[in-house]
Amino acid sequence: MAEYVIIGNGVAAAGCVEGIRSTDTRGNITVISAEKYPVYSRPLISYYLEGKTTLEKMNYRPEDFYEKNNVKLVYARAESIDRENGKVVLDNGKKLCYDKLCLCTGSSPFVPPFEGLDMVKKQFTFMTVDDTLALEKALTKKSRVLIVGAGLIGLKCAEGIAERVGEITVCDLADRVLSSIYDNDCAAVMQEHLEKHGIRFMLGDTAVKFDKNKACMKSGAEVGFDILVLAVGVRAGTGLAKDAGIEVNRGIVIGKDMSTSVPGIYAAGDCSEGYDSSIGANRVLAILPNAYMQGHAAGVNMAGGQADIKDAIPMNSIGFFGLHSVTAGSYPADAEIVEEKHPGSIRRLYIKDDRLAGYIIIGDVSRAGVYTSLVREKTPLGELDADRLRVAPSLALFGAAVRKKKLGGAV
Amino acid sequence: MRNEFIYPEFEVVRNENRCIQCRVCERQCANEVHRFDPELGLMLSDETKCVNCQRCVSLCPTHALKIVKSDCRLRENANWSDETIKEIYKQANSGGVLLSSMGNPKPLPVYWDRILINASQVTNPPIDPLREPMETRVFLGKKPDKVRRDAQGNLITETAPQLELSMPVMFSAMSYGSISYNAHASLARAATELGICYNTGEGGLHEDFYVYGPNTVVQVASGRFGVHKNYLEAAAAVEIKMGQGAKPGIGGHLPGTKIVGDISRTRMIPEGSDAISPAPHHDIYSIEDLRQLVYSLKEATEYKKPIIVKVAAVHNIAAIASGIARSGADIIAIDGFRGGTGAAPTRIRDNVGIPIELALASVDQRLRDEGIRNNISLVVGGSVRSAADVVKAVALGADAVYVATAALLALGCHLCRTCHSGKCNWGIATQRPDLVKRLNPDIGSQRLVNLMDAWRHEIKELMGGMGINSIESLRGNRLMLRGVGLTDKELEILGISHAGE
Amino acid sequence: MKRVYVNEQWCLGCHLCEYNCAFANSGLNDMVKALKGKPIFPRVHIEEADGITYAVSCRHCKDPLCVKSCIAGAISIVDGTVKIDKEKCVGCLTCVLVCPYGAVAPGPTGAAQKCELCLENSCGAPACVTGCPNNAIVYEER
Repeated sequence: MAEYVIIGNGVAAAGCVEGIRSTDTRGNITVISAEKYPVYSRPLISYYLEGKTTLEKMNYRPEDFYEKNNVKLVYARAESIDRENGKVVLDNGKKLCYDKLCLCTGSSPFVPPFEGLDMVKKQFTFMTVDDTLALEKALTKKSRVLIVGAGLIGLKCAEGIAERVGEITVCDLADRVLSSIYDNDCAAVMQEHLEKHGIRFMLGDTAVKFDKNKACMKSGAEVGFDILVLAVGVRAGTGLAKDAGIEVNRGIVIGKDMSTSVPGIYAAGDCSEGYDSSIGANRVLAILPNAYMQGHAAGVNMAGGQADIKDAIPMNSIGFFGLHSVTAGSYPADAEIVEEKHPGSIRRLYIKDDRLAGYIIIGDVSRAGVYTSLVREKTPLGELDADRLRVAPSLALFGAAVRKKKLGGAV
Repeated sequence: MRNEFIYPEFEVVRNENRCIQCRVCERQCANEVHRFDPELGLMLSDETKCVNCQRCVSLCPTHALKIVKSDCRLRENANWSDETIKEIYKQANSGGVLLSSMGNPKPLPVYWDRILINASQVTNPPIDPLREPMETRVFLGKKPDKVRRDAQGNLITETAPQLELSMPVMFSAMSYGSISYNAHASLARAATELGICYNTGEGGLHEDFYVYGPNTVVQVASGRFGVHKNYLEAAAAVEIKMGQGAKPGIGGHLPGTKIVGDISRTRMIPEGSDAISPAPHHDIYSIEDLRQLVYSLKEATEYKKPIIVKVAAVHNIAAIASGIARSGADIIAIDGFRGGTGAAPTRIRDNVGIPIELALASVDQRLRDEGIRNNISLVVGGSVRSAADVVKAVALGADAVYVATAALLALGCHLCRTCHSGKCNWGIATQRPDLVKRLNPDIGSQRLVNLMDAWRHEIKELMGGMGINSIESLRGNRLMLRGVGLTDKELEILGISHAGE
Repeated sequence: MKRVYVNEQWCLGCHLCEYNCAFANSGLNDMVKALKGKPIFPRVHIEEADGITYAVSCRHCKDPLCVKSCIAGAISIVDGTVKIDKEKCVGCLTCVLVCPYGAVAPGPTGAAQKCELCLENSCGAPACVTGCPNNAIVYEER
């Protein structure tokens, strides 16, 4: 019987378990979890602070997930991979044999070496349940919070604690919010909305050093705070892989079948650098859907099945204070931009080479998945109703024959 | 005075407590009666456009709607009825001939309702159709007068071509053009499933419906629209239309605006040209002329198909029928004055022709008197509304009946009688694609089959009650009928006794 | 498995399916009480293209993107039916982002909702199907 070992216990690992079990119901699966929790969904931590979910509901899978899938869950940290002997060495000294190994080591917050940071008492990162519980303990109705980083993590954190603190300032070196998923115009719409809800921004500016409860900014300004949240960015968890001689770039390099440079070893999720079809090259796509799908595909392949992911694209659905937003694909500089803008909402389609390269919607996100499918499937727009495409996403973009397939048969 | 405002005939009553403003009524009304006013937040109605087709009433999910007759009335006058006066206003407004649709709605006597059916008691006991076989099958066509043998003494079993029906009912002529493709599809599919026939009317046979040929009667009318060799060959029988009960003595007119696409192709006339069926067949001025057409069609179909001659029930119908029976035709179809139509001048529809019951009785009697009843089968139509009407018609002497209005009702028609507007909300008497699709033939054909199945059961029950187990034994069996509230003359023509006699 | 299929040839665009759906999932036994004066959140919607209309609802895909993408693990497949646990859902609408049919939408509480074939409400069979006046939506094996 095959021995499967999965390092990590996040969403990619859960996908990997389900992928293995879809193909091999008998082999032994061991999951090594560094956090002392069953698999939970990290993106939910801000919803937890907001009161929209509970620790219990944050569990990604039902209580009996491990039991049902016949998985041995080991709470430990993997120290190294002994490739020659096919073993994973744990921090408790134990060794686990594997036939097939999957690295689902995720990512960790990147904390730059700020001067004076060690003197800041209430400083937090915002990634795990433990981070969240620690931050929660520190929150008071009067807290002044400084969040360094106006990306997804920083802003979701801001939303999560907005009702529980006195004031929030967000700074970022980038000149716009959510610079990884928005262009300038869209970022401005969301920034305005966030400002309406009391978030103060200092953009194009960032903390350079800290002096206890004070941040000195690059611009020379000074910001006083009680709580500091560091959300500058994340780094893929590649250490184990690197040490084991597996090819690593920004993430662990994997093929479309999730295999690493070393036979028998796979990687999936935020730690990996897989194929992004929107740019036609490998890159770290640290988003939850991708983690699950990669994990699942890795699992299938580990168990001897065949699963490739050729159509992964960056995509995000995110909302702040009731304003929803979805994005997908890439925004090439030379693309034609189709824009519809109203106060408080915007939609931008990036069209290039008769394809929808990417899009951003803030506001009415109804049926946006139809646009996402055009990006993912690289559908030639010439085959669609071009006028309608510009107005709203719907199956009316397609001809009757395509629609008949979509709505008239099992899919 | 400019055009007279005529107060709407109907009022839309909306129960605001129940209306959820789903706007189904608005979307479903081709007459644009309903609309939502966002400022008022209310559904409003323009009742001047309402024809009381009940589409909105039927589809309203909360049953918040009803259509009622307006009680805005002119001063009562037994001579000048409200309707008569308003018709005068309409004509004074428009200068036009009044048009109407479907059958004559006037309160003229319905003889079916004054005829009662017999049942067996004690002697000649009734038959239980659930336990014993009952035959409703009929064969239409010439029947041999006597047993014939060849020189060797063998029985000659060859007969003239017959139209076999599983029950004595056919769907009568409604053209593709006057009714929709989907209505035709429903009729054709139902007729096939039921083992009866439907009738193309004068609109030709759409190429999609040739597969239903064995259950199709094709019509040859005065305009000869859509008639060609394949058309005749596809059919189970060919019907020469001389007249129609709703509009005896006049022709037909389908406006050019309706002659588009498939309809133009099927009728074999250019798109946009008016389809005018002349009042007479220009080649028929005598029974001899009719005989020529009958035999032309027999020649064209190699004597394999019965030829039907359809006439309207008019004053001297018995003599006309006698002539037709001698013309070589196999079946005569008589259409009474209550028969429906897609459009007819109101005055013609409401004042020309005679009741089918009287026409049937007198024709059957005349043909018997002349000894030629076996020469021809007799089919009657013009408001046969139920299985009881069928049984009464057969007992009066019919071989089978034609139904159309009842079939349309099964398809969803609510008898609003505005077929001529072309905006049938039920997808029947319209060619507007968005309205035509409202009649799904899957549903339509099933409802027709249901209706005829129900009638067949009822016919068997009525026959069983009379102690008769075959519809053939009922034909012309007028002893099974009694009249109520009829004059001696009426009873004499119907050939039945009064109830109690 | 029986699924809801659309015969757009017969769709009249009357939108009754939307109202029947909203009623069926309201938990109330009177349509007026359930829907009058309120915005409705049906799990099926009518789309229109050049005079053609058709109803769109969850296809219950065999390999559904929404299930794989749900950040809360709130979407699962139970006996072939794709279901959303609205207690777990945090309303992030990633399912809306990925559904290629546009068949998922937020409900009245902000949690995502979609057709679950009326298997768990009082109808027992999809209300959009039973209420369709023209058999434009059917519930069958294909």
